Amino acid sequence: MTTPRLPAPLAALGVLGGLLLLLPFVGLAVQVPLRELPALLSGEVALEALRLSLASSTLATLVSLLLGLPLAYLLARHDFPGRRLLRGVVLLPLVLPPVVGGAALLFALGRRGLVGAQLEAATGIVLPFSFAGVVLAVTFISMPFLVVTVEGALRGLDGRHEAAAATLGAGRWTVLWRVTLPLVRPSLVAGLALTWARAIGEFGATLTFAGSLAGRTRTLPLAIFVALEQDRDVAIALSLLMVVLSLAVVVPLRDRWWGRAGSGP
Amino acid sequence: MGGGGGPTARRGAPVRGGGGAARPASLVLALVVLLQACGGAAPDGGQAAAGSPGAGERGELLVSAAASLTDVMAELEERFEAANPQVDVVLNLGGSSALRDQVLAGAPVDVLATANPATMDEVVAAGLVDGEPTVFATNRLAIAVPSGNPAGVEGLASLADPSLLVGLCAVGVPCGDLAREALDAAGVTAAVDTEEPDVRALLTKVAAGELDAGVVYATDVAAVAGAVGALPVPGSPVTAYPVAVVVDAPNRVAARSWVAFLTGDEAVAVLVDAGFGRP
Repeated sequence: MTTPRLPAPLAALGVLGGLLLLLPFVGLAVQVPLRELPALLSGEVALEALRLSLASSTLATLVSLLLGLPLAYLLARHDFPGRRLLRGVVLLPLVLPPVVGGAALLFALGRRGLVGAQLEAATGIVLPFSFAGVVLAVTFISMPFLVVTVEGALRGLDGRHEAAAATLGAGRWTVLWRVTLPLVRPSLVAGLALTWARAIGEFGATLTFAGSLAGRTRTLPLAIFVALEQDRDVAIALSLLMVVLSLAVVVPLRDRWWGRAGSGP
Repeated sequence: MGGGGGPTARRGAPVRGGGGAARPASLVLALVVLLQACGGAAPDGGQAAAGSPGAGERGELLVSAAASLTDVMAELEERFEAANPQVDVVLNLGGSSALRDQVLAGAPVDVLATANPATMDEVVAAGLVDGEPTVFATNRLAIAVPSGNPAGVEGLASLADPSLLVGLCAVGVPCGDLAREALDAAGVTAAVDTEEPDVRALLTKVAAGELDAGVVYATDVAAVAGAVGALPVPGSPVTAYPVAVVVDAPNRVAARSWVAFLTGDEAVAVLVDAGFGRP
């Protein structure tokens, strides 16, 4: 009831901060050509890009679940040489410019890359400029969201429930499936949603590693980039679509995600 | 897990309540601050300030130039600055269409140099060019291949091979439009794998060996000689590079002398040396 009020100058700065974040979206909304919107969003450019974006971000989220969840467990619960380093490396895609990530992917998995050259020689698979390349680039950028979120939740567990289950005779898989995962489920869901939201917004690494071709690698953000120079109305309509998609995922999560982050044991 | 949401909700509510009570006064203050900030930073404000006395002597000259001019512009900048030590030329390089959009959006650019007349014409049509654009160079296409030409590209016809990784500039970017013109003229339907935002981005991917071929300008290949090889495009269409002073140029005096310099003998010699054609 009696939470102290923020001094007025600081409150003003806070409002200013909010406006700074809000204003660009107001600017975008004002530009939206409402009457043509249905036609713009049902055009081939939009549908093709939307399909690629939904497919690549969903696949990237599934790959992140398959690889990122075990990785989070290893980082949270196992001690091994290089763990500190690996925990730092997991954060790199979050803080580096995505174009650096894309270039690094080329150096590793491009046709002349460290592994990519052997991959092509052995299997004929070429990742750059392919849809698989998009999924790879997007996974590289977005998986850390899942790892970091779930790792934090796992560290927050005190292990009593799991120890009790093991004492009662539950095997490793059972403890993991019936005790550990249900305990971190809210964080896992939040991590998956954040991963998906970051994946659908990925631009720099995708353009650098997978290029930009309509119907194959041109996801929504790339289509917006191209459309900005060719057809502004399409670009604005697609931007609106991205904002709506992202809001739909992020808003429901906002309270839960920060609630957990702020209420550690 | 229900406890996770509870404390947040309880913690969140009072803050929102407090903010509501303090809202009217602080919102007004914030708006005042914001409006003042806008006045100083928005492009419109900047242009208004540019018309005021003394703005012409600030010495900074912002030149937006097509990506294909990257290397030659660096050399021209040096020579211009040597002759005009009080002027600091700042280069803004990118795809012509992106540069055009920046000017159309009111960016405080002094001079615009695009890689084709069509892009410039849109800026002229918007009434944002001071006088008439002047053509200062021409260029033609070449097929860039990684050094050694590992895929054995032989000419435009090779670009139809779906097993090759082929890049073009995007539609709307001058090098992309010119390349499509050349492909159409040759009756070739290219099996394109990527459409890059500007010619240097495309060239980088060819030089890295990720693409087997990319249609770029002859001058771009010369700029990264060694890393890439070049095949001529017989009968290539020729593009012209127009330059113009932007109507609201913050530094109009220097902008005009830059355009005069660019069309003068010294600059033409530098451009020809870099592989560009005479205007």
